[in-house]
Amino acid sequence: MAPVDKSKVPWWVSNLIVPLVNLTLALLVSGLFIFIAGENPYEAVRLIIYGSFGYIEGFAYTLYYTTNFVFTGLAFAVAFHCRLFNIGGEGQAYIGGLGVFLVAINFSFLPVPIVWLLSIAGAVVFGAAWAFIPAYLQATRGSHVVITTIMFNFIAASLMVFLLVDVIRDTSQMGPHTVALPKEQWFPSFKDFAGLFGIKIRYSPLNISFLLAIAASVFVWFLVWKTRWGYEMRAVGHNTQAAIYAGISPYKNIIIAMCISGGLAGLLGVNEILGVHHKIVAGFPAGYGFTGIAVALMGRNHPIGIFPAAFLFGILYQGGSEVTFDMPNITRYMFVAVQGVIILFSGALENLFRPQIESFFVNRLNIKASA
Amino acid sequence: MEFLSDIASLINSTLRISTPLVFAAMAGIFAERSGVIDFSLEGKMLMAAFVAAVGSYFLGNPWLGLLLAIIACISLSMLHGFASVTYKGDQVVSCVAINILIIGLTTALAAAWFGQAGLTPTLNEDQRFLEVNLPFAESLRDVPIIGTIYSDILSGHYIFVYLAYLSVPLVFWVVFKTSFGLRLRAVGENPSAVDTAGINVFAMRYKALAINGVLIAFAGAHLSTAVNANFFREMSAGRGYLALAAMIFGKWHPKTALVACLLFGFTDALQIRLQGVELPAIGEIPVQLIQAIPYVLTVVLLAGFVGKAIAPNAIGQPYIKER
Repeated sequence: MAPVDKSKVPWWVSNLIVPLVNLTLALLVSGLFIFIAGENPYEAVRLIIYGSFGYIEGFAYTLYYTTNFVFTGLAFAVAFHCRLFNIGGEGQAYIGGLGVFLVAINFSFLPVPIVWLLSIAGAVVFGAAWAFIPAYLQATRGSHVVITTIMFNFIAASLMVFLLVDVIRDTSQMGPHTVALPKEQWFPSFKDFAGLFGIKIRYSPLNISFLLAIAASVFVWFLVWKTRWGYEMRAVGHNTQAAIYAGISPYKNIIIAMCISGGLAGLLGVNEILGVHHKIVAGFPAGYGFTGIAVALMGRNHPIGIFPAAFLFGILYQGGSEVTFDMPNITRYMFVAVQGVIILFSGALENLFRPQIESFFVNRLNIKASA
Repeated sequence: MEFLSDIASLINSTLRISTPLVFAAMAGIFAERSGVIDFSLEGKMLMAAFVAAVGSYFLGNPWLGLLLAIIACISLSMLHGFASVTYKGDQVVSCVAINILIIGLTTALAAAWFGQAGLTPTLNEDQRFLEVNLPFAESLRDVPIIGTIYSDILSGHYIFVYLAYLSVPLVFWVVFKTSFGLRLRAVGENPSAVDTAGINVFAMRYKALAINGVLIAFAGAHLSTAVNANFFREMSAGRGYLALAAMIFGKWHPKTALVACLLFGFTDALQIRLQGVELPAIGEIPVQLIQAIPYVLTVVLLAGFVGKAIAPNAIGQPYIKER
C-alpha cells in the first residue's frame, strides 16, 4: 500500500481513531482470554463498568488508581522522549516511598504543609537517585537501560524487604511494615472532603495526591515541550547524531531524562504512603510501575493522552477487582495479561492498520473537498 | 574430604543452575545476531515452563510437554517477528508486551484451570524428566578424584543439563562455520548488503527467531518438568534477563556467553550455600541481601570490566526495503 502523505492526515485520525481501533482490538483479544479461562466476557464487561462507575466509592477507587498510573505513565513517557526504556518505575517508586517515609518521620516537628512539601521532594530525590545509576551506566558504559532498570527493580525489592524486616520494622507488630506516621501528617482523603459537605461515604483510598497528579502532568507538558531541556532531550531521542552536531550532549540529557523519570515514579510513594497506607508496607508498588508502560504507550507519551489512558486503566483495575470478586476463575493476573495485550496493540503493533485507516480518511476528505 | 565434597556439590549445582541461562543465552544469540533485540526471553521461558507443565500433566509424557512448549515459544517468537520485523514496530516495546502478557496469562490460566494459587498440579514420575545416571557412575564412585568428578559432578543431572552444554558447540558451529550462520550474522550487521546479494532479510530474521523459540523452550521445560515438578507464578525469576546480560557480556559469542552463564550459575549456587552461614569477620549476611547478589553482579558485569559491549550493527532497527 502506498504510504499516505503524513501532512494530509488530520490530527484526530492519527491521535484518536487509530489508538481507539488498536484499543478495541486489544479488548477483543482480552475478551478471548476471559472466555478461555471459562467465564463470560460480556458479563465481565458489565461488572467492570459497574465496579468502576456504579457507586461513589467504586468511582473514588478508580480515580485513586488513575493517580498512580498518571505518575508511572508520565515517568515512562519522559524517559521515552529521550529513547530510553525506563522499565524500572516499580523499583523507583518503591525507593521513592522510602524517601517519603524517612522525611516525614524525621521532620515531624515541622508544620504539616512543610513536611508534605519536603516529603514530596524526598520522593522525587530518592526515585531519581535510584534511576541515576542505570542512567549513568547507559550514558557512559552503554549498559542497556532495560536490563539495568529491571535488575534495579529486583535489587530494590530485596533491599526494601531487608530494611522492612531488619532495620525499620515496627517491632511491636508481626508483619514487615514500619510504624504509622503521625495522624496529622496523613493526606486529607476524599472521604474527609465529602464529610465537609455533609456527604457520608464509606472508605476509599482517593486523596489529594490526585491534585499532585494533575500538577505533575502540567509540569511534564511544560518541561518536555516548552523548555530548552525538553527540546534537547527530544533531539537526543530523535536523532542522537544530529543532536551531537548541534552541540547537545547526549550524556547529560540521558541522565537528566532518567532522573526526572525516576522522580516522577517516586511520586507514587507520596500517594501510597502519605495518602493510603501511612507507613511502608512490603510490596506497595504492586505492579503500578509496569502498568505505567502501557499507560504511556496508549497515551502516546503525551500528558493529554496519558491522563485518559491512566483513567482507563483505573477503570480496568477497579472494575477488575469487582470481576475477581464475582468470577472465581478470574484473578487479578488476568488484568496483567490485558495490559500486555494493550501494550502489544497500541505500542508494538500500532502500525498494523494505521496505513489503511489513514488513507481511508484522507481519500474520503479528498472526495469531499473535490465534490 | 569434607571440603572436597563441598566443592563438588557446588560445581554440581552450578552446572544445574546455569542450564536455563545457557539455553536462553544461545537463543538470544540467534535473535540478536540477526538484528532483532530479544528481551522477551524472560516471557518465553515462563511460557515454556507453563506449557510444558500443563502439557505433560494432561498428556502424561514430558516429551510431549516439551514439544508443546517448543510450539508455544516459536509462536511467541513469530509474534515478536510479526510486530517488529514485518510491521516494523519498536522491538523493545514488543518484548515488554510479550513479557507482561505472559506473566499475566500463565498465572491467570493456571489459577482458572487449577485453583486460585496459580500452581499447576504436581507431576508424577512418568510426567517429568528424571536424573540421568551416566554408565558406570556407581562403580567408579570410590575411585579417588575421577570418581568425584565423574560420579558426583558429571553424572546424575537432568537431560537438559547435558543438552545445554552440547548446544554451545552446536550453536558455535552453526553461527560461525556454516553459510546459514554467515548470512545470519550479515543480516544483523548490514541488512541492505545482504538484500543486494539476493537473500531475503525478513525470511532470515524469521528463521533466526524460530531457532530462538526452540532453544528457549528447553530452558522453560527444564524449570517446570525437571528441577521442579510443577509451574508456579513468575518462576523464571528474571533468568531471561540474566541470560541476556550474560550474552552481552559474552559479546554475542557462544563460548564467552557460556562462561558468563556459568559465572551467574556459580554466584547463584554460592548464594544458596551462603544463606544462614556465619562468615568470618562479616557475620551472617541477611538473606534478602544475599539473594540480590546475582542481580548486582548483572549490573556490574554489564557496566563492563571488559570494555564497552559492541552489539551487531543493525540491532533494533527494522529493515526497510528500498523500492
